[in-house]
Order: sequence, then C-alpha cells, then structure tokens
Amino acid sequence: MMEKLIFGRYIPGTSWIHRLDPRAKLLSTILFIFVIFLANNWQTYLLLFIFVLTAVLLSEIKFSFFINGIKPMIWLILFTVILQVLFTGGGEVYFQWGILMLTSQGLLNGVFIFCRFVLIIFMSTLLTLTTMPLSLTDALEYLMRPLIALKVPVYEIALMLSIALRFVPTLMDETEKIMNAQRARGVDFGEGNVFQQMKAIVPLLIPLFVSSFNRAEELATAMEARGYSGGEGRTKFRKLDWSASDTLVMVVFVLITAALVFLRN
Amino acid sequence: MVMDITFEKVGYTYQKGTPFESRALYDIDFDIKDGSYTALVGHTGSGKSTILRHLNALNKPTEGKVIIGDREIVSTTNNKNLKSIRKKVGIVFQFPESQLFEETIAKDIAFGPKNFGATEEEGVEIAKRMLPLVGLDETYMERSPFDLSGGQMRRVAIAGVLAMEPEVLVLDEPTAGLDPKGRKEMMDMFYQLYKEHGMTIVLVTHQMEDVASYANHVIILEQGTVVKEGPPREIFQNEPWLESKQLDVPATVSFASRLEERIGLRLGDIPLTTDELADQLVAHLASSSIEGGDAK
Repeated sequence: MMEKLIFGRYIPGTSWIHRLDPRAKLLSTILFIFVIFLANNWQTYLLLFIFVLTAVLLSEIKFSFFINGIKPMIWLILFTVILQVLFTGGGEVYFQWGILMLTSQGLLNGVFIFCRFVLIIFMSTLLTLTTMPLSLTDALEYLMRPLIALKVPVYEIALMLSIALRFVPTLMDETEKIMNAQRARGVDFGEGNVFQQMKAIVPLLIPLFVSSFNRAEELATAMEARGYSGGEGRTKFRKLDWSASDTLVMVVFVLITAALVFLRN
Repeated sequence: MVMDITFEKVGYTYQKGTPFESRALYDIDFDIKDGSYTALVGHTGSGKSTILRHLNALNKPTEGKVIIGDREIVSTTNNKNLKSIRKKVGIVFQFPESQLFEETIAKDIAFGPKNFGATEEEGVEIAKRMLPLVGLDETYMERSPFDLSGGQMRRVAIAGVLAMEPEVLVLDEPTAGLDPKGRKEMMDMFYQLYKEHGMTIVLVTHQMEDVASYANHVIILEQGTVVKEGPPREIFQNEPWLESKQLDVPATVSFASRLEERIGLRLGDIPLTTDELADQLVAHLASSSIEGGDAK
C-alpha cells in the first residue's frame, strides 16, 4: 500500500530538467501557480499545456508517473469542477433547476478549472520527481533568506523540513514493520466497517508515536554531539550552482507571462 | 494437526511492476518439519526476513507456493481468511518491544488472543499464565509496558506472541541487543518451549553458538537462495566454506580446529557446545595420561 505513494518521490535521472538548479525549478513552479490564473481562454491554456508537456518530455520520466500524481486528487478536482459547472451563469442556458443550471459559460469554466488543476499537479509532480528533497529544502532556505531580516527562523524552518523529508521513508519502514507485527497478532487492517478500521489503527499509531519521540530525542542528542549549534554561519556540503540554463528557464518564464497577458481576453 | 511448512520453488519480488522492483528470493525449496528446531542463517540481505514473512502469509510468494499445515499460499491467494494461519504460526519480530501499545502489560499480552476470539476474562487468564513463562511474575500485570527496561519490554512482547498459543514459533534475532545473561536466559526459555511444549521453532540468528546448541536443522541462505541445508554437525564441519559465505563457526568448533592447528591434537567429532568440548578434553587428557604412564 505504501508503494503507491507517488507524491514527493524523487526519481533519479540525468535529464536536462534534473540538472537544473533547484532554485530555478522551485521558483518557476511557484510562479507557475500564480501565472496560470492569467489564462482564461483556449489559446492561453494551449500555450501553458505546450510549456508543461515540453518540460515533462525533457524530464525523460514516464508519463504514467504524472497521471499517478493526479489520482489521489481526482475527487477534489471533480467536486470543484461540478460546483463550477452547476453554479456559473452566463452564455446559453441548457438546463435550469432552482439555482442549479447548466450553461455554456459554466461548462467552459469547468473545463478550464480542470485544466488548471491538471497543469498545476503536473508541474509540482515534475518538481518533486526531478529534484532531491534535500536540494529542494536548500532552495527554499535560499529563497527565504530575505525573511531573516524580519526575524523569521529561516535556517530552523529549513532544517525542520529536511529532517521531516529525510524521515518519511524511515517512518514508512517503521509503519510497515509495526503493521506486520500487529497483523501477526491477528489485526486486520483495512477490513470491516469504519469503526473497526479506526480501532485497528490504535495499535499502529501508539507504537509509531513512541518510536518517533524516542528517535527525535536521539537525533537531537546526536546532532549536539556533533557540534550543531544553529544555522548561523553554517557552510554547505552541496553548493547550489546557478547556470545559463537556469537563466534560460527564467527568461522563458517571463516570455510566457508576457504572452499570456497579450493573449488573454 | 501436523504443522509442516514447505516452500516449493518460491520466488519473491518487492514492488513488482514498478521502477523500484527488486528481487529478494529465487527458487527457494525447503521443509520445516513439525516439531523441529530450525535455524535460518545467512549474511545481511540474504533474504532471511523476507522468508520469515512468508511463514505466516504476511507476504505471499510472487512465484511458487508455500504450504503451511493444510493451507497452500500462492501469489493469487485471497488476503482474507489468513487469520487461522497467523494463530498457528506466531512471529517474534526483531526488536519486538516496538509493538507494545496497551496501557497495561496484561492488556497487551491479551491483545493477540482477543483478536482470535478470546473473551476479556480468558485474556486476563492467559496473561497470568504467560508472564511466568517469560520470567516475569503477576505483579507486572497492571503496570504500563512503557515503564519497563528494554529487556523486560522484550519479554512482555514475546509473551504477547506466545499468548496466541501458536504451534510454530518464529524468532527473528530474539536476543539482539540483550546482555549475555539475558541472552542465555531467553534462549533457554525458547528451548524449554521446544522440549516441553513440543513447539516447532524457527530461529533467525547470527549467533552460531545458539545454532550449534539448540537447532537440529540448519538452512543457509545467500542472496535469496538456499545454499546449504542439514544438521548443525554437518554444517559446521566445513569451516573454510562457511567463511567464504561470511559466516562463522561456533567458538567451540574454532577452538578445536585451532588446537589441531597449533599442537596437532585431534579431538574427534566437532564439539557443538562447551560441555561437549569439555568432555572431549577430559577424555583426551585421561587417555593421554594413561598412555604416558604418569597417572597416579
């Protein structure tokens, strides 16, 4: 069951996208989420689709991974799309029942919302599939640096993030181990009614909490033993390296934004 | 019922059909006979733990089949109705203390039996019976398992598996991280279960002394295949071969072979336990003193 978890899973590779600076990738993914709201007709969406699909192709990762990224979100997407379709007025009215209506404008909006979701998920999946989680936190730390002036504990936030990401696989292993031990003692996970299933979770959650707290304490001791004393003045093992291709990505991004402003209604 | 466990051409692949696919077992064939004490040994990553999870159908073979008592497990076996197997084959995983979760020790021990249909009162009664078996007494019943020392927690966890009254007890490095005294006590306890309660025991271990002293059948694994199988006396005969598999011989066996190397003394059959070694040395000294004629 753990094997299906695709979000946040890095797939090693050496493609052009893999080799981009994590800052460039993170920045463009964040900007993309804003820029996509500029799109409001088929020309603009087409442009964005071409951009995202080119990036997907360049990553040399199988397309099915991106489809898998959508699957866990599909109910949220459908729910939003249906709300859009039923409550948006305007254009030709095909059907009306109370405040619910089916209009040409509503259908169009539904399709656009759907595209928006798919594009955002593709883009963020691309980011996590091609970037090592630790590079990602490095990039985040760098981009948040200006906030230090506002007394935001940037180093600590970045450290917490990288520790959290680092321990996701460990926690999953642990979960599997304890699940096996409890299954060997006769627990059925994922069987019976909702109440029974909730009850089956208790023998899994308590040992997980206990071991996580123990581990946190051990980790803190180990870090202090190795001289950790906060992020101030700490040097980096992995240096981030901004290259010409990263600048190119940002230039393309500016061009696309300009094109969107020009093409939108 | 006879609880033989048989592996027939068993293969297992983790995360089959994904880019993370990795093969753990190839063509495994062996028998664990009812009433035997089997030791499963092999270098880290040889597939011991994967095999272990096949013994009570936590994992299903991706190829071949596993026969547990009268049940046959293949890749397509339904996940339901496997509970009866889990009741008969109890597994004590590595560091089993991590599975404790109840408020009291009694409740934690009774957890397994209750999952298999025991009532509250039966559960308490079973817990009362199990505690002395693992060397703890009734005063522990109402204490929290999280207040115990590591060794005691392990005993409670083992009691929790024994409480299901399995016919086969599978032990994955049960003494890892214990002090020598605790190790000896625990291994003796398992041997008692084997001798007096007729339990079938499967032991996964790196301690060759334990293999030599307790097991009557040894299975050696390397990179997901069985490379040798037989009684311990036969297995430990060939020290260079074991070394090539990155495995040790028991200290007594290496003592005997050093003795032969250094002073050319041959004791006879390889000594599996310190008692055996002592007997052989005494016998040798007695006979050599007679030959030498300087006995009193």
